[in-house]
Amino acid sequence: MSGGGHGAAVHIEHCGKTFADGTRALEPATLAIARGETLVLLGPSGCGKTTMLRIIAGLELPDPGGKVLFDGKDMTSVPIERRNVGMVFQSYALFPNMTIAENIGYGLKIRGMAKPDRAARVAELVALTGIAGLENRRVDQLSGGQRQRVALARAVAIRPRILLLDEPLTALDAALRERLRGELNRLLRALGITAIYVTHDQAEAMELGDRIVVMRKGAIAQIGSPREIYFAPQNRFVAEFIGAANIVETTVEDGRLVLPGGRLSINGANNLAQAVAMIRPETIGIVAPGNVPLSGMIDSVSFVGDRQRLVVSGAAHKPLTVDAPNTIDAKAGERVGLLIAPEAVRLLPPET
Amino acid sequence: MRDRLLFAGQLLFTLLVAAFLVVPAGLSIAAGVTVNYFRGIQSGVTLQWVVQVWDLYADTILLSFIIAFGTLAVTLLAGVPAAYALHLRGGALSRMIEEIITLPVAIPGLALALALLLTYGDFSEFRRSWLFIMVGHVIFTMPFMVRSVMAVFATIDVKTLDEGAASLGASPWRRFRDVIVPNAVPGILAGSLMVVTLSLGEFNLTWMLHTPLTKTLPIGLADSYASMRLEVASAYTLIFFIMIIPLLVAMQRFADRGQVK
Repeated sequence: MSGGGHGAAVHIEHCGKTFADGTRALEPATLAIARGETLVLLGPSGCGKTTMLRIIAGLELPDPGGKVLFDGKDMTSVPIERRNVGMVFQSYALFPNMTIAENIGYGLKIRGMAKPDRAARVAELVALTGIAGLENRRVDQLSGGQRQRVALARAVAIRPRILLLDEPLTALDAALRERLRGELNRLLRALGITAIYVTHDQAEAMELGDRIVVMRKGAIAQIGSPREIYFAPQNRFVAEFIGAANIVETTVEDGRLVLPGGRLSINGANNLAQAVAMIRPETIGIVAPGNVPLSGMIDSVSFVGDRQRLVVSGAAHKPLTVDAPNTIDAKAGERVGLLIAPEAVRLLPPET
Repeated sequence: MRDRLLFAGQLLFTLLVAAFLVVPAGLSIAAGVTVNYFRGIQSGVTLQWVVQVWDLYADTILLSFIIAFGTLAVTLLAGVPAAYALHLRGGALSRMIEEIITLPVAIPGLALALALLLTYGDFSEFRRSWLFIMVGHVIFTMPFMVRSVMAVFATIDVKTLDEGAASLGASPWRRFRDVIVPNAVPGILAGSLMVVTLSLGEFNLTWMLHTPLTKTLPIGLADSYASMRLEVASAYTLIFFIMIIPLLVAMQRFADRGQVK
């Protein structure tokens, strides 16, 4: 076992999963996760992300031909209890028959650690996760956020080579989820451990992931850093799943998109006759009409505090969503010009 | 006013139904301590019938308890792991096995006993021992243990708990001992209560399987009804009540405490 506190590198080779009833949960996938990296598996429910995590954990066996390697060593048929992975479950899976300290120390007890050492390690972890003072409580006396911290402390107590997190924040309310997300991020960076994080929440994925694997219908749709995924989606599904996106489908003339509200210059479309393009709402500027080639009519204005969201019709075939600064004065029914830099328009492959 | 009338009516009805069920038990107990039941209670109160029953049938009472707790031991050792395995595996095969385990509840005890006699009747040592009766009781009571434990498993998401313990490095046996069994305690207690009481009162199967030397309490009761004075049989019922009610109360208390925790 190498890597010290930084965990193991994980390789998944041609891992697919077909369940006994014939449903294909995961198309054969190949993926390499570097030592110490935080990889997020992101996608809507039923996309195969949890199945992939469970294969890495050793809770599911991949279909024949699939392989899971930790630091180059084949672990495919090794059961979870001998993989030395830490796992945080969506429902936390805390043991109701044990106190909080016993829960956190359980993996250490299994490993035969002496009682005083165990107590010291538990004390270290309750301090790290901010739950000191709860050691002698029972699981049902804890709030959701506290339980989540206990589950995390229990999983990292055993100094696992890989930390696996299956939607760990999904069961919590929005405000708490956001706070814990920050804490979790700092903790993962501090531990420097290899972590694989499953979520359907793109904000979580963006904040926590060194890289994000976007999944759809059992297959990998795109792998990349949060910036790559956001700014350079490779297909329409990724573009629409991550953040808000205006998708424009139209003809091209002289390297410009032909739209009902005008022409829009873009990059890299000189040889195209037809294009599918993505424009993020925050990259569209609102200016006086007539100054720019593209204009439309404001349908609605929603003020959301840090910005205002406008819906502009008549510019493209479908209404465009625009995130404008909260300082400009925009009213429904007003005619406005839309300023879109050519580099803000991302061409997508036509949908097959 | 109408509400009060309604309430009074309901109360009266409930009391009547309760009386319908309680009076026979009371009469039977009274008969057990009456000198002559046909002359009524004015013939005097006596404990002679109780003493006579104890002299004649003490060994059947003892054997009943041995068989009941033996049955409990077997259903615990086999039933709890079986419930765990069935719950974890799930699927059609597990369903089928569960149904097969439950089948003896629906099949007449006489038919089960007949099958046991046909198959094992020639193993004379076994046939003559109380173990033969215990086997019958295990077959009959097993579904009650397996089902109550599985019911608890269904409410506590035992599969995730098991996976949680496995992720921390626990072997299947450690998981079972440290996590599964302690969390299944309410179901195990409820199942135990059922198994012990069913075994103590079982008559159908036992009637077919018993020998003159392996009589249980209900068999002795039938025996005394058939061959002795009504007062003796009633005294026997009294003893049955005295034995089983404290046991039931104790186990119920135990089960309640387990649940509160």
